[in-house]
Amino acid sequence: MTPPSPAGEGGGPPDTLTGTGPSPGPAPRPRTRPRPRTPGGAPLPLLVPALLGLAFLVLPLVALLLRAPWSSMPELLTSAEVWQALRLSLVCATAATALSLVLGVPLAWLLARVEFPGRGLVRALVTLPLVLPPVVGGVALLMALGRNGVVGRWLDDWFGVTLPFTTAGVVVAEAFVAMPFLVIAVEGTLRAADPRYEEAAATLGAGRFTAFRRVTLPLVAPGIAAGAVLAWARALGEFGATITFAGNFPGRTQTMPLSVYLALQRDPEAAIALSLVLLAVSVAVLAGLRDRWMTSA
Amino acid sequence: MPTRSARTRTPGTPGTRHPLRASAAVAAVLAALSACAGSDDDTGTGSGASGDVSGEVTVFAAASLTESFEKLGARFEKEHPGTEVTFSFGGSDALAAGITAGAPADVFAAASPATMDVVTDAGAAAGTPVTFVRNRLEIAAPPGNPDGIGSLRDLTEPGLKVVLCDETVPCGAAAQQALDAGGVRLTPVSYEEDVKSALTKVVLKEADAAVVYRTDVVAAGGKVAGVDFPESAGAVNDYPITVLGQAPNAAGGEAFVELVRSAAGQKVLGEAGFGTP
Repeated sequence: MTPPSPAGEGGGPPDTLTGTGPSPGPAPRPRTRPRPRTPGGAPLPLLVPALLGLAFLVLPLVALLLRAPWSSMPELLTSAEVWQALRLSLVCATAATALSLVLGVPLAWLLARVEFPGRGLVRALVTLPLVLPPVVGGVALLMALGRNGVVGRWLDDWFGVTLPFTTAGVVVAEAFVAMPFLVIAVEGTLRAADPRYEEAAATLGAGRFTAFRRVTLPLVAPGIAAGAVLAWARALGEFGATITFAGNFPGRTQTMPLSVYLALQRDPEAAIALSLVLLAVSVAVLAGLRDRWMTSA
Repeated sequence: MPTRSARTRTPGTPGTRHPLRASAAVAAVLAALSACAGSDDDTGTGSGASGDVSGEVTVFAAASLTESFEKLGARFEKEHPGTEVTFSFGGSDALAAGITAGAPADVFAAASPATMDVVTDAGAAAGTPVTFVRNRLEIAAPPGNPDGIGSLRDLTEPGLKVVLCDETVPCGAAAQQALDAGGVRLTPVSYEEDVKSALTKVVLKEADAAVVYRTDVVAAGGKVAGVDFPESAGAVNDYPITVLGQAPNAAGGEAFVELVRSAAGQKVLGEAGFGTP
């Protein structure tokens, strides 16, 4: 409420230090403590919608599991085409996440830390791929980066690079759709992080980039990790922009969601089985990451 | 008024307490309805359909029928005042899946017999589907045909980027049939998920050619050039149409199918590039 003025100069930073610093340490303790205080658990007005929400999200997946053609699963899992599509999906989603990290983290920093005219508009533009139907996003990418596109024609003329119908095109399409998730997550974390750490680093002689690298990045690492996971998951399931921009060719641009969609036309059972494979792999990867890396962060 | 009467008819008014009163009400509504229909007949609609067509008619149709069916829908509403034709256009296979899952449609017009079979095999069709138009394949090239494509074999030229429909969708199956008939082995840069996206790749000049339907070339106007090829005769696609068994408005559905198969309907479809069966 009161702006952190003179008094904060002396007492502020230690406060925030105790506020943010130790929280990862004793976090488990407060979590166990409230339990005896509310023996009845969560209040009903929260519990009922929460459970309904959970059911709403989980029920379709349960239905998928119930209707899955388990007998044909072994045959599918040994099919070379499935592995080819799965491998391509994992490689492309990971590359798209890497690309999003390289471009998205600096963009998030710019939006969170630098005052410039039209920042609100830029922020809205960054989230645009979220509301754009992915197929439209794919057409927009064709118009921008296609062989005949606004920028794409120069790529073709100068470097002989054409993105449509290539694996690189898949990565570009997935990054286009997934990067906003990362930017939003990282920007939110950056805005919640106290800029005074960076200012303190500056008073100790660190340049702005050094402060970003040595102070800001470690501070917001959990936010970056969460954003990267979101982006990776979104990229893994990407369908519309990919098939529109990169087309569909087995081994080159046919990722799992594309092969699921096409299987749906011919053999819905196979499509269900393929979706389950994709789900299982993504859950395994995300759970594995969480155990190994996110909790330690 | 006709829509209201149609609505009271469908719930069936299961008046458990006063069955007599309920049936009396239904009788009154039906009387009013037939009076309405009578006046419709008096205005003389000209088409051979019986006058008691009213309410909403829901038509599920293959995406390639969009332009011509919308024209026919407007005509139908004019010929049968008080009706409203609602279309759901999409991939035939997706529409068929919707129908077998219980979507409330009156008419289904598919782009291939195979997708219609899904519906008939599930027992969802009323009667036997009839073929109402045929579609043949054409090569779509950018305007002016800069690569001078003249035959199916020309598509195999190295460096030429060709897109085909995936074999799981009707246009892809037909293209493969034509390629086999011509003994042409072709590796495209992409197997597209439907015919419109194959066409889009040529319109945006990302691909040098696509094998699509003649009707798509016509619908694209001057944005692509069509190249006819003899092998397409061996891969003609029949479009079947039928009224559905669970049709909420079977009479309306039958009248619509009648219009599609009439000379006037065939003329509209012919202008869109379809051939007569």
